Amino acid sequence: MAIKNLPREECYLPGSAACPGCPATMALRITFKALGKNTMMIVPACCTAVIESLHPHTSFDIPTMNIAFEAAAAGASGVEAGLRMQGKTDTTVVAWAGDGGTYDIGIQALSGALERGTNFIYICYNNEIYSNTGIQRSGATPYGAWTTTTVGGKTEFRKEMGEIIQAHHIPYAAQTCIAYPEDMYKKLVKAKGIKGPKYIEIMAPCPPGWRFSMEKTVEMGTMAVETGAWALYEVENDKVTFNGKSKLILEKKIERKPIEDWIKHQGRFRHLFKPKKDVKRIKTIEDHIDLIWERYRKRHL
Amino acid sequence: MKKYDVVTTISYPKKGAMGKTGTWRVFRPILDKVKCVKCLRCWIYCPEATVIRNKDDTVDIDYEYCKGCGICANVCKVKAITMEREGKKK
Repeated sequence: MAIKNLPREECYLPGSAACPGCPATMALRITFKALGKNTMMIVPACCTAVIESLHPHTSFDIPTMNIAFEAAAAGASGVEAGLRMQGKTDTTVVAWAGDGGTYDIGIQALSGALERGTNFIYICYNNEIYSNTGIQRSGATPYGAWTTTTVGGKTEFRKEMGEIIQAHHIPYAAQTCIAYPEDMYKKLVKAKGIKGPKYIEIMAPCPPGWRFSMEKTVEMGTMAVETGAWALYEVENDKVTFNGKSKLILEKKIERKPIEDWIKHQGRFRHLFKPKKDVKRIKTIEDHIDLIWERYRKRHL
Repeated sequence: MKKYDVVTTISYPKKGAMGKTGTWRVFRPILDKVKCVKCLRCWIYCPEATVIRNKDDTVDIDYEYCKGCGICANVCKVKAITMEREGKKK
């Protein structure tokens, strides 16, 4: 799949309220291209609720329902049941939530919907913070990162949501990144063709939240994968397949880049470099990523 | 456009729902069509869908809504897009 073969259809209309360089709108555009117009979105409180823009206008050319923070998956279950009763089974129902609405606040509704086997796609775009409410720490924030509620850097490691989802043994789950649109498109199309609950998580580097300049969004996404801080994989009926660069890292065909290459460009890790380089904490991050990859190798190789 | 008669608050799709976002711009992307190799990286990565893909895969930039983030210039492999400050005298 080359970029040239991606559909021209555009369901995201320009002139929204998104920040310049927003990764969420990039992900939205590719999602709409992959799923087509016969889609319904359920959006809880997250950046996307702002990107939709103000009443009486909206930037989304597909039906969207806004719902309370914790209820994205529950709302999607209801919409899916309603459509099923009307016989509209070809409509794709998508719950689109941020990492706060997935990792922390929405996890019980999500777990419930996955357990019930609701036929929908849950998409989490993960920018590792509550960016909509002003950069607070979430369960996805990595160790050492600054947020307005972890001023000296977070002291805990992030949650492994991919493994929590895998424990539900759903037909399809995947992790992707905005820097790899072809990979994302492929996974979304695949998810659309499978019946049952699907989960896709998209890494979305946020310029104002991570404190890097807005033209570097794609670069930060690429570096997240190349340094091993984020893995591209898909799980089909409990069989895990790694894709792209992550596959090469898993099979040790290429060495993953040192994490410093990624975090030195981000203002949220600046206290690890200025005024003095905090070698100990950088090493802790590095060791943790090594540990995760060792675990991947033990399980999936 | 079809209007719906429902009790709840409902918004309708419109280009430029937050107004002409092109006024947010500080740096303006300038496209050099001679250098362009039609790889379409700028088109797929543009967060605002303001890089317009023409029928023959050439691209144009919609300055009315472009927010000037500079991602297109950064992802361009042949450096066909450069960022120039708005209102700079030639």
